[in-house]
Parts: sequence; C-alpha cells; structure tokens
Amino acid sequence: METTIKFYQTDTFTVGNRLLSEAERSVQAGMQRTNALNSGHRACQGCGEALGARFAVDAAMRATNNQLVACNATGCLEVFSTPYPESSWQLPWLHSLFGNAAAVATGVAAAMKVKGKQHIRVLAQGGDGGTTDIGFGCLSGMFERNDDVLYICYDNEAYMNTGVQRSSATPPAARTATTMPVGQHANGNVFGKGKSVPLIAMAHEIPYVATASVADLRDLEAKVTKAMSIHGARYIHIHVPCPLGWGADPAHTIKLARLAIESGLFPVFEAEHGEITGHRAIRAQVPVEDYLKLQKRFAHLFRAPKQVDVIAHLQAMADRNIRRFKLLEKFTSPTGGAAA
Amino acid sequence: MSIQKPFAITLDKNTSLANHTGSWRSKRPVYVDRLPPCNATCPAGENIQNWLFHAESGNYEAAWRSLTENNPLPAIMGRVCYHPCEGACNRGQLDEAVGINAVERFLGDEALKQGWAFAKPVAESGKRVLVVGSGPAGLSAAYHLRRMGHGVTIVEAETAAGGMMRYGIPRYRLPRRVLDAEVQRIVDMGVELRLDTRVDDVLAMQAAEGFDAVFLGIGAGIAKRAYIPAGDASHITDAISVLHEVEEHPPLLGRKVVIYGGGNTAIDVARTAKRLGAEASIIVYRRTRDKMPAHDFEVKEALEEGVKMKWLSTITEADAGNITIEKMALDDKGFPQPTGEFETLAADSVVLALGQNVEQTLLEHIPGLELKWDSVQTDAVMMTSVAGVFAGGDMVAGGERTVTVSIGHGKKAARAIDAWMRGERYQPAPKHEPATFERLNTWYYADAAKTVRPVLDIIRRQSTFDEVVGGLDEGNAMYEARRCLSCGNCFECDNCYGVCPDSAVIKLGAGKRFAFNYDYCKGCGLCVEECPCGAIAVELEDK
Repeated sequence: METTIKFYQTDTFTVGNRLLSEAERSVQAGMQRTNALNSGHRACQGCGEALGARFAVDAAMRATNNQLVACNATGCLEVFSTPYPESSWQLPWLHSLFGNAAAVATGVAAAMKVKGKQHIRVLAQGGDGGTTDIGFGCLSGMFERNDDVLYICYDNEAYMNTGVQRSSATPPAARTATTMPVGQHANGNVFGKGKSVPLIAMAHEIPYVATASVADLRDLEAKVTKAMSIHGARYIHIHVPCPLGWGADPAHTIKLARLAIESGLFPVFEAEHGEITGHRAIRAQVPVEDYLKLQKRFAHLFRAPKQVDVIAHLQAMADRNIRRFKLLEKFTSPTGGAAA
Repeated sequence: MSIQKPFAITLDKNTSLANHTGSWRSKRPVYVDRLPPCNATCPAGENIQNWLFHAESGNYEAAWRSLTENNPLPAIMGRVCYHPCEGACNRGQLDEAVGINAVERFLGDEALKQGWAFAKPVAESGKRVLVVGSGPAGLSAAYHLRRMGHGVTIVEAETAAGGMMRYGIPRYRLPRRVLDAEVQRIVDMGVELRLDTRVDDVLAMQAAEGFDAVFLGIGAGIAKRAYIPAGDASHITDAISVLHEVEEHPPLLGRKVVIYGGGNTAIDVARTAKRLGAEASIIVYRRTRDKMPAHDFEVKEALEEGVKMKWLSTITEADAGNITIEKMALDDKGFPQPTGEFETLAADSVVLALGQNVEQTLLEHIPGLELKWDSVQTDAVMMTSVAGVFAGGDMVAGGERTVTVSIGHGKKAARAIDAWMRGERYQPAPKHEPATFERLNTWYYADAAKTVRPVLDIIRRQSTFDEVVGGLDEGNAMYEARRCLSCGNCFECDNCYGVCPDSAVIKLGAGKRFAFNYDYCKGCGLCVEECPCGAIAVELEDK
C-alpha cells in the first residue's frame, strides 16, 4: 500500500485543531486555560500586548502548575490591567516602579529561597520602555547574577502608555510623538540608533534567551514552557503590535506581527548560554513594504515623493536579519514552535 | 460590616470583570454560516463542506449519512458526476481544487463495503406517489419521498432499473454492481419497483391505483437523426442504440467506426467502439475541439485510448465501406460554414450522436401538459402545468442533461410533492450569502497538492470494460478531505477563542462551536480577520 501522508488541514498554524490529539493542542485552545489576564481590562481594541501577556502567562502558569508570582514594571500592561483596586490578573502580582521590575523580581526570588519555597517561580514583565531603557540597569544586573527569574519584555516599539514617545526599541523611520517626520528629521526616527536587548541578553551568557511573536502562538508557548523548565536568568522578548501607537487597524494586530516575521524585520530565534540554537524560518517571504504600508507611523514614507531610499534601507535591515539568523533556511526550533 | 480601608482608598477591591468593556464597541462580530462555492454549484444540492467535515475526522459513516441527506447515489456520483463543485472550489485559487468527487466515491464505496443502509421512515404518511422511470431523477424522487414517509411505486419499462445510468453510461465508467447495489438500497427502504412495466396513460394508472401524486422521469431516450444520403449497404445507427445494445449483446460495428457528434455521448460511443475491437474509432464533428460540448477530460481520456478526431467536418454521404465528409470553416460568428472541399473516409458503420429527444407517447396522454419543443415545461419546484403531476431529469426543458442535475430535480420535486399533498406550496429555504475566496485567511492552511486518482493502464482500458478511474484508499481519501478549507463554516480551529485580547470568546466544547461574550468584546475585529474560513461577520451596533 502506498504511504499515507499525515496531513492536518491547518496543522499547528491555528490556535487549536480538532484533528490533533489533546496533547498536541495549544494552551490557548484549552477550555481550562487560566486566562491570567482576564476580561474587563482596559487595553485598547486589538491590543497586542494584552494578547501576548495572556499567551505567555497562561503558558507559564501551566508549566509551573500555577505556582507563579509576577512582578510588573509600570507601563501599559500595568495601567490597563490594574487600576487599583481593580485587577485583571489571576495570579499573585506585584507592581513595582517603571525601572526596577527585574530587581523586585530578584528580591521575590530571594525571599522564596529564604522561605524554602523555591517551587514558586518568579516572572518579571514590562514593556520595551521599562526594559530596554528605564529598567535596563536592573535587568543587566539580574542577568549578571543569574537570578532565577524569567523576564518577559512585551515590545510594542515605543512608550505607548504616556502618548507614543520613542524608546530604544523604536524602529528607524517610525513616527512617534518625539520623532515627528518634520524638518531635518523628515523621515521620522533616525537610523543607526536603538538596541537589541535579546542580543545584549545573550552577551550575558544566561541560560536562555528567545524572541517570540503574537503571530506564532505555538512557538511562543513552547518557548515560555521551555524557559520555565530552566533555572537561572531567562529572557523572552515578544513582539506585540500596538494599533494605537502604530496607527493600524485593531483587526490587523496579528497580521502585522506576522508580516514583521515574514519580512525578516523581526527575527524569531532562541539561544542558550549565548549561542543561537534555533530559529523560526520564514514561511512566505514578503517585502517590508507590505508591513510598513499598513501603519500610519510609516505613512510619511509613502506620500509623494515616495521615500524609496528609506524603504530600501529598511529592506536592507530585514535582509541582514535574514542572513544573520538564517531565516530562509528550513530549520525548526528545537522547542517545536513553527510548523515545517 | 465596614471594611478598614487604607488611607485615601475609597473603592473595594474588585476584579476587572466588573468593568464591562463591551460598552466601548461600535461594531460587533457575529458567527455566521456562509454558502461554500461547492455547495452553491452542486446540481444535487449536496452539503459538501459538511460531509467533508465528518470525513476529515475519519467518521466516514457520519460523512456518508450527511451526503445521502441530499443524494442517495454517492458511489454512482463519485464516478459519473462532472463535479462542477471542483471547478468552483476556493482551494483552486490556492493550489488545486479539493478532489471532492474522489472522496465522494470513496464514501460511496465504503458504504457498499460496510453495508450501511438507509433508515426506514419513522411514520407512514398514508400518501402514495407514482414515479414513472427509474433513472436518476425517479430514484432520487422515490428516495426522498420515502424518507418523508410516503408510499412510492416506481414503474420502469426496461428489465432493469437505472435508466440512462444503465443504458447510456458505459460499464468502464460505471460498473453495474455499483449501480445495482445503490438501486437496491433505495428499494430496501420499502419502495416498490415494477420492472418491464411500460406506462402510456399515466393518469389512467393513477386513477386506477389511487396515487396521490405523479412524478415523471422518463428521460430523453430517442436519438436525434440527421438526413445523410446513404447507399443501401451502408450501416448507420445511433449512439443510444449502441450503448443500449452493449448492455445486452455487443453490437457489430465493424473494424472502422465513425461517430458523428461532439458531445459526451459521442465520446462514450467512440471509447466503447474501441473496447469492442474497432481498429479505427473516429469522431467527426463540425466545429473545433474547444467548441465540443463534451467535457475536456473525457476528450483527453478518449485521445489517450487512441480515438481519432476529425474536427470541422460534416458527413455528406454514407456508402458501403466509406463515407464522404466535407471540410468546414468557422465564420466571423464562430459558426461552421461548408468549404466545398470533400474527403472520403473508410467506415464500416456510422453512429449518430446528435443528441436525444423525449419520447412523446406518455406526454400525449396527459391533456393540458405544457411542452417546450419536445420537453416538459415545469415551474420552479418541478410541477408541470397539470396539478399534481411533477417531472424531472432529461425530459424537463432547460438545463444540463446530467445524472447530477436529474438527482437534484428528483429531490426538489419530492419536497414539492410532499408540500403539495399537504395542500401547500414548497418554499425553498433562503440561501446563505456566498463564502468567497476573499473572506478566507489562507495563511492558516497547510500546503498540500491534490491526490490524483490512479488511471487504468492504457492497454488494459482499450480492450476491456474495466473501470478506467480507480478510487482513493482510506489514507488518501482522508488526506484529500482534509484539504477542504471549510469555506464559510466554522470547523472549530479555536482561532477566535485564542486571538481575542479580551477573552471575550466562549468555547462551548467539541461540536458546539463558540459564542461571543458581548459584555467584554470591544469589537476590535481580530477574530474576524484571523478566522481562516470566513465564518464571522461584522455588524454595526445600533446607536
């Protein structure tokens, strides 16, 4: 008899899939998921950060059998989830200052150790402002000491909570309140500045570093689950589109995150002890224009005369990522994640 | 009891569930079922998406039961249907259309193998319907009427049931064991089948035996003739006779056979002639290949088997052993015009395949029956101009003459007859809006090409009447079913449940789909955008 080909209609691209066994389905597909960030929060319509936070924390709660404490930096995630005394969180949750979430989490982990409750794991989370700028010193210290904390950065590429100001994670050419495309900066945010915290985290040679996206749930869940199986300092950087700050349709949140991956602008990879161990291959490559055009923060590039050289510069950045992280090479990450 | 509150705090601790963010919404998502293009184009009105849904999970019996709610002859369908569904399939715009017809055949064959039977009606209505003709239209009408609890008697002039499926479609396309088994399954529901019973005066029979309604499905079995000056020794016959004779005793056509016509019947005869041992089997058609009414895949299969085609040719004379043909040329309007150029072609016999007419004897016995040319005129629900007399299939004016169309007629007529016998008029349910390709989010579907059905080795199929197209095995059939995109109908992929940033989608459990929690849905539209199959619509909230 000829070989029977295993084929599951939507494979693992969809959140669930009735044709897969229960064990092969995502945490988010489960009727028993914890909904760590519950309904009624005040995030904008189509908020990528609210979605990414529920994906990540639900997966972390399942991986730790709900023995989890979260420390949260100031930022959108804190403001929209917990206008005191009301909260959406379904786990013990501490709000710290804007810049010290990593340090507070270090303290919580130390306290658990002193009390002999090391089975209770610690999560720190913040936005890109609280992570890449304001909280960066505390974060580097936590990495350097290899404290037993998973730090998750939800990267929406600017200070959205305070009115869309530039952060060191804001991409070149983007318009923000502080990088208006006017005068000598007619192209918006300048090229050649900013930083990649995942690569900096790798330079600390901590046990685990990964990037993930709301556009690839299976990959995200696999990475959080893997991170919770490891002790020591861990860092996951999740790309979460912001409809308000990016000037995008709230319905396009996942589409934008997907286009960022498929264009190569947001490389999805993981690393252990400073070495890259896996990447999520591009499935259907798209030009960066497809991604940029859907966002008003890049609208100035497409007004006549179209800023062809600026777009080419952004394309070159994507192409560099593709080369550097081998994004066109068929290779699935060891954690499973992206479907072949 | 008053709670001791910290300084400057006046609110009680609370969960965010108290905050009904649904009040922000200006538009709301709503679950819908849209009409997939396969279902929309199926002449038999099958719910293809639904039976594929069951086949995807390997529940073949549920799939077969869903299929046979509309069409009682899936094993036949899976062989002879021209599957317009596949031409319309949205997956065709992605890679290749889903092999719907192949899966249907698999389900039909599986049912025969497993011996699945139709349920008998739970209650008898006491009403009785006379069905004239046991072709696809009559069988379909009988099946649906019987399902509704009515008594059904089929009368058939021939010695075996099936109509054109038996006397028009060659065995290499439809093995008779398949036909016999699917007919028997309908008879087993308690349908009376009277063979060798020719009825000329149907109203007299209705009155004599007290039938409440009549369905006519006598087909179009009279071959159209064309005048060809012919010598005494020439052998001219027609396609219908040839195909009918093959069923009983092989006709003598000689070594060189010419078939005149360009439809599917011409192809059937040409391929049959090859199988009967003809050295040359030549189709003569007055127009070009692209103008042939025959389906392209049948032309292709015929050419593969060695059938020759002479396009742009008419037969002007037939004699013993040869015929004269005149070359034609297409004019500006695409009509063939004679050129005055002649050619002689060796031919032991000429078979005319120029279309068929409806036998008139039965029609002449029904006073007031409205005809259009030779065919019967019916209204939208298959009733003729005579109250209580319904008709379907090839004998009805307008529309394609195929097995599938006839089955559709039979179903529609059965519903109309059922309503009519209760003194009502059948009103078909309104159709859902179409599930277009633009509504799909095809990112989510895995890449996979179509499974090709094995085709009988050329040599074998030139000389025997073995079935030409093989079936899928179980693994391939499931693979093929799973290529379905489920256009416009939820298939429980959990995307809406997963992608809602507000956890405002409630998962109701396997087979129960989902519901929106409008207390918290902010109306962002992410679920609509990320639904693979386009089963969520957006509605504006009232002011």
